Amino acid sequence: MTNKKMTKNTGQQNDIIGKIPNRAWLLLSFLAAIILWYLLSVNPSTARSFPFVPSIIEACRTMVERGVLWQDFSSSMISVFLGFILGFVTAVPVAFLMAWYRPVRYIVEPWIQFIRNIPPLAYVPLVVISAGVGRRPQVIVIWLATFLIMSVTIYQGVRNVDETLIKAAKVLGAQDRDILVKVIFPATTPFIITAVRLGVSVALTTLIAAESTGAVAGLGMRIRSLNNSFEVAPMLLYIILIGVIGMTCEKVIKILERKLTGWQEKREV
Amino acid sequence: MAGEKRSVKVKIDHVEKIFDTKKGPMVALNGVDLDIKENEFICVVGPSGCGKSTLLNIIAGLLPATDGAVYVDGKKVEGTGTERGVVFQQYALFPWLTVIRNVMFGLKLQGMSNEEARETAMKYLKKVDLEEFADSYPKELSGGMKQRVAIARAYAVQPEVLLMDEPFGALDAQTRTQLQTELLQTWENERKTCFFITHDVEEAIILATRVVIMSARPGRIRDIVDIDIPYPRDQETKMSPRFMELKNHIWKQVYQEYLEVRK
Repeated sequence: MTNKKMTKNTGQQNDIIGKIPNRAWLLLSFLAAIILWYLLSVNPSTARSFPFVPSIIEACRTMVERGVLWQDFSSSMISVFLGFILGFVTAVPVAFLMAWYRPVRYIVEPWIQFIRNIPPLAYVPLVVISAGVGRRPQVIVIWLATFLIMSVTIYQGVRNVDETLIKAAKVLGAQDRDILVKVIFPATTPFIITAVRLGVSVALTTLIAAESTGAVAGLGMRIRSLNNSFEVAPMLLYIILIGVIGMTCEKVIKILERKLTGWQEKREV
Repeated sequence: MAGEKRSVKVKIDHVEKIFDTKKGPMVALNGVDLDIKENEFICVVGPSGCGKSTLLNIIAGLLPATDGAVYVDGKKVEGTGTERGVVFQQYALFPWLTVIRNVMFGLKLQGMSNEEARETAMKYLKKVDLEEFADSYPKELSGGMKQRVAIARAYAVQPEVLLMDEPFGALDAQTRTQLQTELLQTWENERKTCFFITHDVEEAIILATRVVIMSARPGRIRDIVDIDIPYPRDQETKMSPRFMELKNHIWKQVYQEYLEVRK
């Protein structure tokens, strides 16, 4: 009896949950976050770390007036963009070479696995010693971090290609080059998209480390310098900004994904 | 040759295949000889592990033989060739291409222009009754429809020999009989040489001019049975006394092989 009642109840509940449109959920999630933020801002033990919305808006104004907000933003974006593009352009051929030629795989893969688990912050000084300060070391650090994650992901994608598809192409008259261009490449696209998503995420999370190289501007560099002067509100503003950038990138990649890999059998929820 | 009306299309000449496994060499095929004549429909039955797929892959040129060779029209098989089409059990459609683009794949590789390839592909899609799905993606099709596309794709490049590796093995019984009937009709019209692998004895008899029974460990030919039931055949052929007789005869042998494998 009670069991029956309970299933009926959950059934009804599910219906209600399903009826609420996604946009409304998003709004609800946003409101809940604001409430949580507010609670953190009034709770004495966390208040100093979480100044509420008005202070953040105020901080935004100050940073714009100081003329650094746009400069920090664009500087970081340039580093992230350059590092990511370099990472991608190098990861694709390395991934294919690893999948194609076993000696390359046996020699290179352990290196990648070895370096991948070292936090970038740890090797930043080494990069600075050789590459000096300024834009160069930032790009190198982001390049390295994105290259590592993307090469591993794409490599797995290439190895994952269904062998029957290669066979099917062969019996239809495909040569090695056709197989690479017309089978392996499209079959790997879902993994390449995943690699891009992980790469962007790593590029952003590496930003703080990358900009600890004596950068003159940048979101990560600013957070560190604001930390030194205990300016909490602008610091939180910058943290939120990084989050917003990440989410925007994620959305763009989602659209790209739907366009490029809509043919997949398994649909992502 | 030797007073035969039809010439030998595919000659399987003492083909041997040994795989190197961790447990040592494994003999998959132990000296298989078979002459497939022009326009013949050969069905191969046998327990799993008897090397029937291996044999098909060697004929297709997807696997090299350890010893012996396969000849098509007297020419030794080395690698794949478009005169030998293959239909796989797992359909093997390119999921990122629409149905028509899948059928066009081989045609484009032959150097056809887009319009020409599209026209030819459409013709073959019509034959399998799927022209209205030309612009759908494989994920939108049922298993039976996918296999029809795969068959159209194989036919479109006009192979002389069609190799089919348990093409209906993954389909439900009803779809399966339907596709058997369609394949029979196509074969009766086009009379392409077919080499068809199945583990379904009824399917083998309804389709084949000759049924090859293979034995396992090591894989070799145990018996070849002529199917003397005249074409055109349909599903009602399965009710005829001769069909029953042949079915018993073949099934007993396959069952014995099956027991051997289980030992």
